[in-house]
Amino acid sequence: MKDVYLDNNATTMVDPGVVEAMIPYFTEQFGNPSSMHSFGNKVGFALKSARKQIQALLGAEHDSEIIFTSCGTESDSTAILSALKAQPERNEIITTVVEHPAVLSLCEYLEKEGYKVHYLKVNKKGQLDLQEYKSLLSDRVAVVSVMWANNETGTLFPVLEMAELANAAGVMFHSDAVQAVGKIPMDLKTSKIDMLSISGHKLHAPKGIGVLYLRRGVRFRPLLRGGHQERGRRAGTENAASIVALGKAAEMALENMELENTRVKAMRDRLEQGILDSVSHCFTTSDVDNRLPNTCNIAFEFVEGEAILMLLNKEGIAASSGSACTSGSLEPSHVMRAMDIPYTAAHGSTRFSFSRYNNMEEVERVIAAIPPIIEKLRKLSPYWDENGPVEEPEKAFAPTYA
Amino acid sequence: MWDYSETVQDHFYNPRNAGAVEEANATGDVGSLSCGDALRLTLKVNADTDVIEDAGFQTFGCGSAIASSSALTEMIKGMTVDEALTVSNQEIADYLDGLPPEKMHCSVMGREALQAAVANYRGEVWSDDHEEGALICKCFAIDAVHIEETIRANNLTTVEEVANYTKAGGGCASCHEGIEEILTMVMEEAGETFDPEAVAPPEVTTTPETLVAGTSGMAIMKRIKRIETIIESIRPQLQADRGDIELVEVMGDTIYVNMTGACSGCQMAAQTLGGVQQRLIEDLGEFVKVVPATELPKAMAGA
Repeated sequence: MKDVYLDNNATTMVDPGVVEAMIPYFTEQFGNPSSMHSFGNKVGFALKSARKQIQALLGAEHDSEIIFTSCGTESDSTAILSALKAQPERNEIITTVVEHPAVLSLCEYLEKEGYKVHYLKVNKKGQLDLQEYKSLLSDRVAVVSVMWANNETGTLFPVLEMAELANAAGVMFHSDAVQAVGKIPMDLKTSKIDMLSISGHKLHAPKGIGVLYLRRGVRFRPLLRGGHQERGRRAGTENAASIVALGKAAEMALENMELENTRVKAMRDRLEQGILDSVSHCFTTSDVDNRLPNTCNIAFEFVEGEAILMLLNKEGIAASSGSACTSGSLEPSHVMRAMDIPYTAAHGSTRFSFSRYNNMEEVERVIAAIPPIIEKLRKLSPYWDENGPVEEPEKAFAPTYA
Repeated sequence: MWDYSETVQDHFYNPRNAGAVEEANATGDVGSLSCGDALRLTLKVNADTDVIEDAGFQTFGCGSAIASSSALTEMIKGMTVDEALTVSNQEIADYLDGLPPEKMHCSVMGREALQAAVANYRGEVWSDDHEEGALICKCFAIDAVHIEETIRANNLTTVEEVANYTKAGGGCASCHEGIEEILTMVMEEAGETFDPEAVAPPEVTTTPETLVAGTSGMAIMKRIKRIETIIESIRPQLQADRGDIELVEVMGDTIYVNMTGACSGCQMAAQTLGGVQQRLIEDLGEFVKVVPATELPKAMAGA
């Protein structure tokens, strides 16, 4: 039986059509697009067309607003550091506690360099307090960086509204949209978003290619300096084959946008309901009415996520977890902690993320596989009695030194 | 995905002695929900002979926590209480054919539960003196608290010294930024300032001239003696982990050694060799390769 892949927020399969589109750019169209001969020229045209395909997916006003980078992380770093370099008189950043490490680790580093970073908190559903946000906007803030959709829970942030507020206060706005692009429709030309990050491998293009959307007129300072590629905004010879691939993937994402929000969403909803109906003491950890159509995050109480993943893997099912043990750190996911999910459940939070390549048959297989796995692990757990958690688990289990 | 050994996987998928032992007369609880792993060990000890007749575990935790608990119960069944207390966390890890460095704390938890259960059996109060911080050095599984305490206790001032005392940073060196941060913090507490350029006081009194001469001109016997001395100085560190190393042969720039005890078959043997090599290169002032003696016949045949 074929394995079931429900970890599409981690990475996606490269679409065979995308592979087909990129292959000629390794051996036939191998020229350097900057060269003045036909080898290079054709590649140059291919890049132009890829830029247009991405422009269409984002609803950007100009194709020159698309800058190719090596990954989402590079796009995030470029955006935030550019805002700081271009406005040396401003030394504050606003972001959220649930950002991806690509933004959080950079912000923590910038704090050591003397910048002041405001981390917006979230409530139990993972929502932001916009009043708090408004109160922090000032002419000291160089940039606001807020993710469009959370990678762990799928929860969407009101980035369009937040960008309007930032714009009104004269503050640059960046959004890490790697999880959102291709899953929800965008029309950046009607928004006030100044910069936005994309990662190719989240939407069926290969790993190692990303995009920074940079609105025309936004002051910019490059991260990499060198040649004149990307109009001098990102030096380095273009990753032509992957750029062509991302263009193709963007075109396909646009064609399938409705599918993501109907068929993919239906699979996600069926899985979620199926699990909630058949397993006790578990709940969804996200803003269920306002999230990506492909993501479902369920916290199973009194079991640990890595153990769940290992047993799922044995059944040929791939998912992901916010437990501490999967990352090698001692703390469970910063997103679960920020949402104040109790420790009893945070360690057992499990993410299932779909793509248009999944089918309903797979969903039913996962729904059947989950209950015995959770039951097996709960039987091993000192916090679980025959049919339910022991009463007051933290007291019943009392380490002598605690 | 973790690189779990077959044995770890087997003990996770088919745990031995899961559940509480009936008529248990000793219970040891360690860990908590908040740390993400917790273990309750129950033992049935024969009051006349002190022999552990049955052992059972209940574990909330990851794959390696469950496997470590299962291994522990298998290991101690049939032992006397005193024998069981000699089981080290390294032995639990060895029984499982090794654990990834990030997961060594799972074996530590097993050992602590055992100590707690024995204390409970004897009517004593067991107190945990083990505090665990964020994992800094992934090569040798050294956490922040251990590094901090060692810096304080020995007034260490350089990354190199930290590596010498704790092994942290002695492998791939990618954690040096983290170690520098801990040094900065601890030294600030003591009113000092961390200087990244500072050089640790030399441990060896040989002048650089004689060492350099060794590259081309150091007398053969003198060079080998030097190598021996350096390896002798590394042994206590390895012995602390129940391993050992011996010098077998020196051929040109290649030094053949035998890894024994817990080092043999240890997943980290290669990294340990890397550390030994680095130390030899630094002390000898010339480039040398350190390879297992098992490579020796091949080299002979090739030559």
